Amino acid sequence: MAKLREIQDVTICETTAEMLKKARDTGLSTAFDRADEMAACPIGAKSACCKHCVMGPCRLSSKAPYDKVGVCGATIDTLQARNFARMVAAGTAAHSDHGREMSELFLSIAKGENPDYQIRDEAKLLAVAKDLGVETEGREVKDVAVEVAEICLSQFGQQHGPLKFLERAPEIRYKRWQDLGLLPRGVDREVVEMMHRTAMGVDQDYKNLTLGAARCALADGWGGSMVSTELSDIMFGTPKPIRGEVDLGVLDANKVNVVVHGHEPHMLDKLCELAEDPEMLAKAKEAGAEGINLVGMCCSGNEQLIRRGLKHAGNFMQCDAVIITGAVDGMMVDVQCIQQGLASLSKCFHTKFFTTNYRCKIEGAEHIEFHGTENARQAGVELLTKAIENFKNRDASKVTIPDTREQMIGGFSHETINYMLGGTFRGSYTPLNDNIINGRIRGVAGVVGCTNPRVKHDWVHYELVKELLANDVLVVQTGCSAITMAKMGFMQPEAAAKYCGPGLREVCEAVGMPPVLHSGACVDNSRILVAVSEMVKTGGLGDDISDLPVAGAAPEYMSEKAIAIGHYFVASGVFTVFGVTFPAIEGTKWAEYLFGGIEEDLGGKWAFESDPNKMAALMIDHINKKREALGIHKKKERVLFDMEARRQLEV
Amino acid sequence: MSKIICAAAIRGAHAIVDRVEKKVNDAVAKFGEDKEVKLPNTGYYLPVIYGILGHKVETLGDMKPVLERCRELLPPQVEEQLWVPYLGHALDAGMATLFAYDMEEALKYLEDPIPYVTGEDPTEDNIWLGAADDVIMRKRGVEFVDGSAPGFAAVVGSAPDNETAVKIAKELQEKGIYVFMASEHNGKTFAEQLVEAGVQVGWPTRLVPFGRDTSAAIHAVGFATRAAMAFGGVKPGDYAGILRYNKNRIFAFVLALGEVTDEWYAAAAGAINYGFPTIADSDIPQILVTGICTYEHVVSNVPHEQIVSKAIEVRGLKIQISKIDIPVSYSPAFEGERIGRDAMHVELGGPKADGFEFCRMLELDQVEDGKFEVIGPDLDEMEVGKTYPIGIWVEVAGRNMQPDFEPILERQIHHLLNGAEGILHIGQRDILWMRVSKKAYEAGLRLSHFGTILHAKFHNEFGKILDKVQVRIYTEPEKVKELIEEARKTYRERESRLGAMTDETVETFYSCLLCQSFAPDHVCVISPERPGLCGAYNWLDGKAAYEINPTGPNQPVKKGDVIDEKLGQWSGVNEYVYQNSHESVTSFSAYSLMVDPMTSCGCFEAIVVLLPMANAVMVVDRDFPGMTPCGMPFSTLAGSVGGGAQTPGFVGISKFYIGSKKFISAEGGILRVAWMPKHLKESLKEVIQKRGEEEGVPDLYDKIATEEDATTEEEVMEFMQKVGHPALEMDPMM
Repeated sequence: MAKLREIQDVTICETTAEMLKKARDTGLSTAFDRADEMAACPIGAKSACCKHCVMGPCRLSSKAPYDKVGVCGATIDTLQARNFARMVAAGTAAHSDHGREMSELFLSIAKGENPDYQIRDEAKLLAVAKDLGVETEGREVKDVAVEVAEICLSQFGQQHGPLKFLERAPEIRYKRWQDLGLLPRGVDREVVEMMHRTAMGVDQDYKNLTLGAARCALADGWGGSMVSTELSDIMFGTPKPIRGEVDLGVLDANKVNVVVHGHEPHMLDKLCELAEDPEMLAKAKEAGAEGINLVGMCCSGNEQLIRRGLKHAGNFMQCDAVIITGAVDGMMVDVQCIQQGLASLSKCFHTKFFTTNYRCKIEGAEHIEFHGTENARQAGVELLTKAIENFKNRDASKVTIPDTREQMIGGFSHETINYMLGGTFRGSYTPLNDNIINGRIRGVAGVVGCTNPRVKHDWVHYELVKELLANDVLVVQTGCSAITMAKMGFMQPEAAAKYCGPGLREVCEAVGMPPVLHSGACVDNSRILVAVSEMVKTGGLGDDISDLPVAGAAPEYMSEKAIAIGHYFVASGVFTVFGVTFPAIEGTKWAEYLFGGIEEDLGGKWAFESDPNKMAALMIDHINKKREALGIHKKKERVLFDMEARRQLEV
Repeated sequence: MSKIICAAAIRGAHAIVDRVEKKVNDAVAKFGEDKEVKLPNTGYYLPVIYGILGHKVETLGDMKPVLERCRELLPPQVEEQLWVPYLGHALDAGMATLFAYDMEEALKYLEDPIPYVTGEDPTEDNIWLGAADDVIMRKRGVEFVDGSAPGFAAVVGSAPDNETAVKIAKELQEKGIYVFMASEHNGKTFAEQLVEAGVQVGWPTRLVPFGRDTSAAIHAVGFATRAAMAFGGVKPGDYAGILRYNKNRIFAFVLALGEVTDEWYAAAAGAINYGFPTIADSDIPQILVTGICTYEHVVSNVPHEQIVSKAIEVRGLKIQISKIDIPVSYSPAFEGERIGRDAMHVELGGPKADGFEFCRMLELDQVEDGKFEVIGPDLDEMEVGKTYPIGIWVEVAGRNMQPDFEPILERQIHHLLNGAEGILHIGQRDILWMRVSKKAYEAGLRLSHFGTILHAKFHNEFGKILDKVQVRIYTEPEKVKELIEEARKTYRERESRLGAMTDETVETFYSCLLCQSFAPDHVCVISPERPGLCGAYNWLDGKAAYEINPTGPNQPVKKGDVIDEKLGQWSGVNEYVYQNSHESVTSFSAYSLMVDPMTSCGCFEAIVVLLPMANAVMVVDRDFPGMTPCGMPFSTLAGSVGGGAQTPGFVGISKFYIGSKKFISAEGGILRVAWMPKHLKESLKEVIQKRGEEEGVPDLYDKIATEEDATTEEEVMEFMQKVGHPALEMDPMM
């Protein structure tokens, strides 16, 4: 058996470390330790194998990649590009199936057929309607909502014509996609086409595959994901700045602890309501608890953290840890990032582990099916009741709740950023652009993605973000990465004075914002697409997303969804760095293209770097390069306006 | 840091809205919800509320929804720790403050007596002017359009002493910047300090005392908001347009003198919404990052001797001042200065003595540049308080000089000399009347300085057409008598030359796009028989301006082919107007009120309005505040005519145009005029009589009704019947 890493090398998260120690002391298996016990498949890690047909599976050599070809003659470049494209398709499918679920839910609400949910943000509905070209003047909200829902739903099965939300991109960007034939049609069509093209004996041109994958990825970012974000805002409220608390310390020794893990926000939204329901609270009292302590995890947790300020227990790699506290009475999961190990681990405690979605069942887990369009309240009551009933089974001797939790401000949607920079009447991105142009802010980085047991948990995010802030790079976050930085206190406005370079600090203090902005779940990376498009439209920073001094990173990624996200950012013109490992062999034509040549086609490119400081350097170099191209790298003289100059200003 | 500022602004806004809500409730209890509430003579209601929210406050009851909006806008207080972003919140709090102030000040007009003086000037016992009416706003607005007023400073509080106050005010005046004053510090206001120091305050000197309360500063914002609607054509309720217009056109800033209270912070936050930064003399936190205003938002601890230049830099203003070597200050802000008998050193010309001014061109070798002579006694040889004759004789030469430009240059003498502090200049040509103040005399001003001013300014403004300027000032009575006759001969020659010029005799008209900085789609087309609607630019002015600055706002417009002679439509003119109105106006009639009339910027001196039942028109000028037969006062009419829109039946004009043969000639010309305000009619008496004779109605003057004869269209019709008005017999207008 491989030697386990010392706990201080496994994670920098104190609560996770404490629970890992408890697990090791009591002989429990965790994903961290399993990662140590099982070396990653070296051939798979380099994407040098193919099992798309049964003439193989074929494996080529990562050391001498061009020495061999597959049985069919497929080259290493085809193999890598095909594997990569399938990951993109899988990631796109995940976000998009989530988006479809939101669309169907929204349609049921719009039609007035679903009393369990409401439209909470009418203003956003009207704004989205406008972007979709839906007439709003003089129409009932309900009618507008139905049309919006139908258009959103149509984005999945549409066969011809580009996705609607692509029009939110800068004109030049749209044109570039059009010229390259990359405007995605229906989301499903792009995923199906990608699966087809990567099947045996179809697309065997690595560039064609990679660009095809870009089209598929765009259907995720500007399609499925964006639909999900927008409709979720309409149904559950557009995030506004709000206080929240994160880390395992949010568990409560005296209350029924209910943990919800997964991605689709509607179940957790319903549970939030029910957790305050007097009847449920009475049940909890009856069960001997002081109340119900509902907490989120992972991305559905993120969605309610930034909408309701719901307590959040931790990111993906804390899911084992939360069970190991022994304090969780019920853990409900829906879809995506649900590790099978959780079901067996929960059996080591009194914790009841429920799967709730027909698409995600786990052997050995109790299944209570939740359908947002049919039985939201009823299923929610049943789930909560089971957790409450389980409270009495909690074994105090097994309970260890770490005393650590951190406060934060989250809720930085596109709308919030617009508002916080100018209020109701002057809201715009102008102050952001202005302070990028004048150099107070060097650039903006999206630091997103998962956590991964193969790297020191939370550490890569932490080191990277710290370095970016010190260099005056404003950081926008989503997903599990966001929870890392929230735990470290970086999402408190006071953090600006502690971590930022002088320019960024001044801007944060002027606005009253933390230097790290929590924008939501991984599906909400679409908000970053909207934000960068708005930066372009606001002016002064070029005509395309690829002109902006911005960069993206997923330092501890693990999911195929991350690959899809990375690829839609690259396809939208953003330089994107991934950490951990990358399924590519350095020096192959495909890798050279992905990490280099693709920039000529798409304006963005990939990079791989596992060291956080080097990763920061890559991003800062890229930002500096863009600043120089924009001519904003040098301090400008103040322009004073005489009448003639004033006449040139837009009014 | 900005947290302290935002927290204070939000606190302040809560207190202000609470206070105003109580005042509104008290007023409703006293007068009832239906009680009419309005500011004097304006078509813009409570202008900030109307501009930003598009909501008309006409009664006390109309204030209720505004208070509700204020409550919605008021954000939570800023927490000590773990605060949510406060900048947007503070700006909203600032806006709520402005709405509250707009109402608080309007309530003052329900008090008895009203605490404000009406008009441009303060009185002996009350220096506070309150809201400017639309007449003042339009008249002064023109100065913002042409750049002679580069912006305004809203001064709140007071300087540490009167001397500092005067220094700051004068520095602002010298730069042509309007000074709007409100609020007190240590029981003193800046305006009171100026008055105590003997400085003339009021609109004419650009030192405008609005009120003692901080709320009175709203009148500065109201002025700015109305400018956006009146000149920029921004629609009420288009808050983004109004605020952008102010950020990019009205270069204003706040000077906070003294302790900055929560209330000041709240008001400053409101001003920042408009792009107006605050510059403070006290040691408060700063907001230096940019984004809402053009540059910094709050700059503090600025020493008084630097505060004006700092403010100008922060606002991003570029002001070119040509330094003139005279012992008194010089700026357009001094043009409105009065010199009373007691303050005057001597009087020159005027009703009691001969006075004239004259400009002519000579050959280059006949003029010695910079030569100034005084022929007769100079100021130090005159008896204090007495009147002396004066002749100002200017000779210029230049390769691009033309005789046509002589009267243009001559007409400049009025405002050029008036700009010097301590010189009063009234009239023109041979009706010149001047005074020099004791203060200016004591400062060392002599008659040769008139030459210094004219020389410097002529070179500065007309350097493209002239190379040399020499000036002689005559005070010797015989010499003045002799030369005034020579000048009169030339005046007559010029008149006949200009009189002979018609639209048909020229191939080229001139455009004026000066106002496009304020009304982006408006194009003035100036022909010999139709001057610009502001009255300030005739065809020769346009021609000269083009010579002076070939890429400037006055461009030649080739008439091209005649499309319709009667309407006054030409292909070249239409094409020019189409392109330069940004394709919003496709065709233009020079002579018609009903078909494609000219658009208006907002600077017009008068408006011609169709009276449909009477089959006639009325003309109302901007000095007439009363109701007119069309059912709207000038202020309301102006709102519907300005902003670059083409509105058949309404057209903005210069007063001069009324006497032109081309005055709405497509609809029958001057014979259509059935109503005018009395003072306007009287001022045009000779012209109307002459034109009446020419058109075969010699008693036309008596057939035009005034407000004394008719105030409704029905009454106008009755009057027309009674006098047998010629329009009764004319073709239907519609």
